[in-house]
Amino acid sequence: MSDRGPVRRRPGRVLHHKSKAKRVTSSGNTDHPPIVELRGITISFPGVLALDNVDFSLRPGEVHALMGENGAGKSTLIKALTGVYSIDSGSIDVAGNRQAFHGTSDAEAAGISTMYQEINLCTNLSVGENVMLGHEPRKGGRIDWKAVHRMAAEHLEGLGISIDTRSLLSNHSIAIQQLVAISRAMVLDAKVLVLDEPTSSLDRGEVEQLFAVIRDLRDRGAAILFVSHFLDQVYEIADRITVLRNGKLVGEYLVRDLPREALVTKMIGHALVDLAAISSTAARDIDRTDVPILRASDVGRRGVLEPADVEVFDGEIVGIAGLLGSGRTELVRLLYGADRADSGQIEVAGAPTKMTSPRHAIDHGVAFSSEDRREEGIVSDLTVAENILLGIQAREGFRKIRRAKQESVVFEYMTALDVRPADPNMIAGNLSGGNQQKVLIARWLATAPELLILDEPTRGIDVGTKADLQRKVAELSEQGLSVIFISSELEEVLRLAQRVVVMRDRKCIGELDSLNVELDGLIDFIANEGKGSAA
Amino acid sequence: MKHRLFWPVAALVLLILINTVARSQFASITVRDGRFYGALIDILRNSAPLMLVSLGMTVVIATRGIDLSVGAVMAVSGAVALTIIDSSADANSLGTVMVAVVVAILASLLLGVWNGFLVSAIGIQPIVATLVLMLAGRGVALLITGGFITTVNSTPFSFISTGYLVLLPFAFFIWVAAVAAVGLIERRTALGVLTEAVGINPEASRLAGVRSRGIIWSAYAASGVLSGIAGIIYASNIRAADANAAGQFIELYAILAVVLGGTSLMGGKFSIAGTVVGVLIIQTLESSILFLGVSSAQSPVFFAAVVIVVVVLQSPPLHRFVRRLASSVRSRRLTEPTSDLEAAG
Amino acid sequence: MTILESAAPARRKVSDHYRVFMSRRASLLPTLAAVAILILLFIGAEIFLRGDFISPRNISALLLDNAFLVLLAVGMTFVIMTGGIDLSVGSVMAFTGIWLAKLLEAGTSLAIALPASLLAGALVGLLIGALVQYFEVQPFIASLAGLFLARGLAFVVSLASIKVENTAVLSLQTTRFRFGDWYITPTGILALGVVLIGAYVMQYTRFGRTTYAIGGNQQASLMGLKVSRTTVAVYVISGVCGGLAGLVLTAYSGAGYPRNGIGTELDVIAAVVIGGTLLTGGRGYMLGSMVGVFVYGTIKTIISFMGAEQSWTQIIIGVLLLVFIVVQRAIVARSDRRS
Repeated sequence: MSDRGPVRRRPGRVLHHKSKAKRVTSSGNTDHPPIVELRGITISFPGVLALDNVDFSLRPGEVHALMGENGAGKSTLIKALTGVYSIDSGSIDVAGNRQAFHGTSDAEAAGISTMYQEINLCTNLSVGENVMLGHEPRKGGRIDWKAVHRMAAEHLEGLGISIDTRSLLSNHSIAIQQLVAISRAMVLDAKVLVLDEPTSSLDRGEVEQLFAVIRDLRDRGAAILFVSHFLDQVYEIADRITVLRNGKLVGEYLVRDLPREALVTKMIGHALVDLAAISSTAARDIDRTDVPILRASDVGRRGVLEPADVEVFDGEIVGIAGLLGSGRTELVRLLYGADRADSGQIEVAGAPTKMTSPRHAIDHGVAFSSEDRREEGIVSDLTVAENILLGIQAREGFRKIRRAKQESVVFEYMTALDVRPADPNMIAGNLSGGNQQKVLIARWLATAPELLILDEPTRGIDVGTKADLQRKVAELSEQGLSVIFISSELEEVLRLAQRVVVMRDRKCIGELDSLNVELDGLIDFIANEGKGSAA
Repeated sequence: MKHRLFWPVAALVLLILINTVARSQFASITVRDGRFYGALIDILRNSAPLMLVSLGMTVVIATRGIDLSVGAVMAVSGAVALTIIDSSADANSLGTVMVAVVVAILASLLLGVWNGFLVSAIGIQPIVATLVLMLAGRGVALLITGGFITTVNSTPFSFISTGYLVLLPFAFFIWVAAVAAVGLIERRTALGVLTEAVGINPEASRLAGVRSRGIIWSAYAASGVLSGIAGIIYASNIRAADANAAGQFIELYAILAVVLGGTSLMGGKFSIAGTVVGVLIIQTLESSILFLGVSSAQSPVFFAAVVIVVVVLQSPPLHRFVRRLASSVRSRRLTEPTSDLEAAG
Repeated sequence: MTILESAAPARRKVSDHYRVFMSRRASLLPTLAAVAILILLFIGAEIFLRGDFISPRNISALLLDNAFLVLLAVGMTFVIMTGGIDLSVGSVMAFTGIWLAKLLEAGTSLAIALPASLLAGALVGLLIGALVQYFEVQPFIASLAGLFLARGLAFVVSLASIKVENTAVLSLQTTRFRFGDWYITPTGILALGVVLIGAYVMQYTRFGRTTYAIGGNQQASLMGLKVSRTTVAVYVISGVCGGLAGLVLTAYSGAGYPRNGIGTELDVIAAVVIGGTLLTGGRGYMLGSMVGVFVYGTIKTIISFMGAEQSWTQIIIGVLLLVFIVVQRAIVARSDRRS
């Protein structure tokens, strides 16, 4: 068809897949010697050992999934492989040659191409130009635009896409943009494709499109590193899985040898906290006959969260369990008005309420502590005291809270939560993660909320502080505060919450009474509920 | 621990010392007719317009913004005030001057509110939003004065910039009052800390329930009012409304003063006292440059050099470089015995 | 599957042509709007003002009077396309102009004086570009420092204006190639030539495409493009254009004057934006910037024809700037929502 002229003659053609038959199961060829070999990779940042002596290998003709929860070291490993970070120790071999990457262009020269979650293309330019940017064919010193579009169209055809290469990239869906990014990698003749969360903003049909292309590339011998937090997708596309946890390698497995619940267990590991130290609140009786503090029905947002129902009663702790990216953060952000829901109703203490902004939620006694302490929680250059007071001060407006009251509030909550060091004038950004978390909880407790939403409050903090926080949450709920508690550590959720809402792939898949379920049961529920049995 | 104001104050003291050594009359203050005279007093007096503009700029920069229109607002304010006085029957009447000043300040407030509207309600980037007024504002000022340089002889109006009140220039009291007022409003109410929160981390502030729109809006409004007062002082000093020359380049001097005072251009923590010191540094430097026999028209070269040095010192790459250097020195010290081997390998 | 790739209809209708145009060239709309404004201005002035507004003489004078602005707009377009801004252009024009005049006055030959003055402009640009790229200073602040430096240096060269006697320089302005009632001066040819070179570079070289890419995606270096080199280069180009404008303005006024071009940077930015270039970078056209300058020049001419205050020019341009910025913001917001 290329001799009949550029593809743009037929704009609007449906994507077709070049791969003949649609495979139901993954079956990449996994016997080749590795094209990429990482040995003993160690990378540390001030105060954090992000990767600790990790080995990883990638073979041509396979799709290899890299799995792990937050802070496992996935993105650090990818950045080492793509030359963004330099490694402290260890070695990187590509096709048998020792590499020392000093930047992304070195990795690219070695044949490694990366597609980021945030698509790294220029939406202000045409599709064809994006494919060829920096490699445009020239004639007599000037860019030969005809050739640019012809070659771009050929590359896109190679992936089974025919679109108008002269149209602006911004006119196309994220899925098409992903494929354009992949064909750009083809222009660079990449042997290794790194796909970092490529499916996080695609719908089901678009994922199918992408997977068809990935399978096609794999069958042509490309080595593909696939990172995703969608378990289903990993089981659909990957041949091999490497699991990381807390910067360490857990292991490398063939997909067929690793059942889902085994994968989940390996990703989550075993809680480090001595949970016996906390009096379990799971068994506490909750009066669910009264009007709930918060009732959300059908609350959802297109492309973010399928409509979900949640109820929280007086003094109850409701846990939300699910892996990273399952939609748990998205759900509570809608409840708090941090993002706007486009469906459903929310009732606070029986009265219908529009949660249009955080301000609104706070006025209705709802408080929310984000999982992203640094970007969405702590105001880093302000002092601890100013951070604690920010919530009530925002409510008071410009009238400054009296100094005596300021001091008593700050003292009360710093003591209650045991913030260390106990210096209210310290710059909050200099505190450890756990103490920053305590400051945030103090900020919200000072506003005397009816419902406190805690998103991953115990992530990335040391064991002792973690136990402190858990104890504090238990105590608060006994005093009548309602809590929504999100954590990747399922034992923690089971221990604290009376009820657990389980989420997967951006929807609520069920609700469990935590007294009637053990850890294994919960893991099994997360991995398999609604699937019949393990894949 | 070093105080944030250590370097700015040290620079100011050093400048004054150098000047005192270089010319003995610099530090001397004479008393005539119950008034102080001298180079230092001149600096205090001449600082007034820049001080007022820089105060407003400080608050705007704290919100992660910038106000390019300050000079144009000065021009409008001066034009409004002088046109009112010029068209009144008695230019020397105190009442007329009062009315003129109040109307001019209200006009400036309006312009500030306009900027705030574009930035906080429409969501246009501050540089672009204030560029509109920077461009059109002088045109408006020229229209008000009918394209001429309106001059007046009004004793009460001249008093604003050249008059004295108990020993010291009246203009000095104006800026001291403005500094005190802004300081009180920012630090006695919660406005200051909320402004800083919005400037440091807009998203965290939003989630904490801070009403950032009103805060940003008020910053631009304040900048408008303060620039308006600066415009009146400027016009009073030259006894004329010069729509082209009023407040020319003052936005750069104001930004420089804010940065010299230790407030980061990235927004967040701000220091009113730092800005005061920054303005005094600029004014002293200006005085020293003039003393060196350099034409005031040429002084931008020096200020450009100061700006370049300051932004380079504040630049993230330099800080990263220094940190890397420091850590490599530290680790070398730790691995002293093996360093030879490393060098060999 | 995505809706966008829905099946193509058998016959092409007008709406298809429209859709294809919008999918490919939506960014041309602001520039077309500028052309429409320019045409309307001419027609309006012809009808309402006086019958001889659309005359060869008047249109020829438009290029002559605004040649220096066209040159500055070329440099500014490169800078704004990368998402930067250059506030120093007016001062650079004054500095290079007065320095050229000074060198000529001292008896230096034009063959040395002209390259020297262009080099001066390039150096100021290099300084700004280095601050922006290597020290991560905001373009706005870096170029403000450049503005101060160049303005101060202009006064260091001379506090008063210097008359230029060099016949070669003066002839740039006085020579008129006539075609009937039409004429063009060497300064006009220079301006048009630089615009055409600029348009060519933007459209047909990797360097030009990289400036678009940087403006469209601040992470363009992750695509393996030569971002640092390009960023520094656009400021150097802007400096050189400032030097050329200094030459043209010196020829135009017959003298170098250190107060030339105060506030010109704002006029240039306004002209570039009105010509359809997005202030946040990545979208726009070189020829559009020239149209923007002509819109500016025409408004100025109309106002002087009307005998109104010149200050109206600034106000009208300010309002036009505002309208364009708000419309552009709406367009960008729309295309962001789409993707």
